[in-house]
Amino acid sequence: MRILEGAKVCKSFGGLAAVSNVDFHLEKGEILGLIGPNGSGKTTLFNLISGALVTKSGKVSFKERCLTGLSPFKICRAGVARTFQSVKIFGDMTVIEHVLLALQFGGASRVKAQDVNREARGVLDFVGLAGTENILARNLTLSKQKRLEVARALATRPEVLMLDEVMAGLNPTEVSEAMNLVKKIRDSGVTVVMIEHVMKAIMGICDRIMVLNYGQVIAEGTPQEIAKNKNVIAVYLGE
Amino acid sequence: MNMTGILSKLIHSKWLVAGIALIILIVLALVPAFGNLAFKIMLITILMYLIMTVAWAMFSGPTGYISLAPAAFLGIGMYTAAVFGKDLPFSVLIIVAALFTFLAALIVGAVTLRLKGIYFTIFTFGLVFLIQQLLTWVEIKFTHTRGRFVVVVDNDMIYYHMLAILVITLLTAVFINRSKWGRALRSIGQDEDAASHTGVNVTMVKVLTFGLTSMFIGAAGAAIATRLTYIDPGSAFNINYSFFPVIMAIFGGMRNLYGPILGAVIFAYLEETLITQFPYYYMLIFGTVMVVVIMFLPDGLIGLWQKWRRGGRQKKHANT
Repeated sequence: MRILEGAKVCKSFGGLAAVSNVDFHLEKGEILGLIGPNGSGKTTLFNLISGALVTKSGKVSFKERCLTGLSPFKICRAGVARTFQSVKIFGDMTVIEHVLLALQFGGASRVKAQDVNREARGVLDFVGLAGTENILARNLTLSKQKRLEVARALATRPEVLMLDEVMAGLNPTEVSEAMNLVKKIRDSGVTVVMIEHVMKAIMGICDRIMVLNYGQVIAEGTPQEIAKNKNVIAVYLGE
Repeated sequence: MNMTGILSKLIHSKWLVAGIALIILIVLALVPAFGNLAFKIMLITILMYLIMTVAWAMFSGPTGYISLAPAAFLGIGMYTAAVFGKDLPFSVLIIVAALFTFLAALIVGAVTLRLKGIYFTIFTFGLVFLIQQLLTWVEIKFTHTRGRFVVVVDNDMIYYHMLAILVITLLTAVFINRSKWGRALRSIGQDEDAASHTGVNVTMVKVLTFGLTSMFIGAAGAAIATRLTYIDPGSAFNINYSFFPVIMAIFGGMRNLYGPILGAVIFAYLEETLITQFPYYYMLIFGTVMVVVIMFLPDGLIGLWQKWRRGGRQKKHANT
């Protein structure tokens, strides 16, 4: 089942076409990898889906509901959550407050007041942040801040989770931990789209990969197909 | 356990805080019965500054949107009192002024809260002059008046109403602080994009809170206007009233609710005393105090208190 779909999505900044005529779809339950050189429009595509930017033309729909033109908070409540490339955490708020906020505002249905703390701890436990509840977010390490972003997104109870470079800047151990987390998220029933430059992670966990270059889709397929694709090797992977 | 340890334990017990608040409230409620007139009048002014500062800090503290509109809302409250003062009982008058201010702030908020940072501040600053000039123009062109007389109300009445407005303002501040609404406000101040991607309707939260907090300022304006007996656009929409709450909140510290309260009380008392004792030098002394506070106490008086409480202990958090 196609859970998220985009048809002829376009966005330009001034004269530059950041994303042009991109068609994409997301199958329920898969992990889709989005790769491409810097400036190829990956994050712009995320911004268009999450409502941070408005499409110039084209349409994004989630479970047959048109998302185009909705504000970010509505898209979040509809069930599409995201993280950010440069971490956007609430530095002066504690870890658990991030999750509480998401539980109280982000979900489609209200979480009962007496359950909220227990649920919040559950989410933190799931991403491996148990025990850090009362630490200010700005005092966490980068790897934990990225986990916190994931926790905050997950606490909105999404059906689709968009991860924008959650593994950038992590050491090899942290990368494999993050890979396990992404798999665990998928296994819990959330469909995942991830932008990533860490090839080991992309090739290891994605079911399908889409490659962008200059705002256009140049290839799409399984990790094996992408690894052999001449076009992709030329513009991105290298010999 | 040393002395500071016990003190900090005490300060963190909410029953103690509630108890102290209740005692202060009872003492304040008894003032009209015992205090002399000058003292009462000074307290009315201090109460007004307290309301303005707490109301201002309720919105601008957590969100970081520095509003310079308090003078506009105070003025709207004053003019409401001047226009309807003869027809309405005092309590109703204050409620009407609060509602007018609420509406005005909603409109202003809906238009300006899309502006970020300094642009919002500049707009709210301009708003004060806009209303002031507009009102002057209306008075010259249509009503052919210059200012208005305000109905005279007994000082004790004003005092009790001011006190009631303050209590409601404080209760609202405590309530917002502890509710999920307060958490949403803080998240907006920390990172607005992230907040909206977490499901917070940032525009609504901002505009409604801006409207709600401005309401208290309007109510205080209506109450204080009756003490002034005569107002005109220049005195009602005096830009100083926009700066005072900001300065008082910074003076006390904006990290928590105690800061603005402490700041407003000390600052207002200082102002009232200096202006009577040293009418020529008061601005000079005042300015010096402010500069010293901003340079050496970035977290205000409360920050100083917290630093002292922590004692010589290592800085708790790295500056990341």
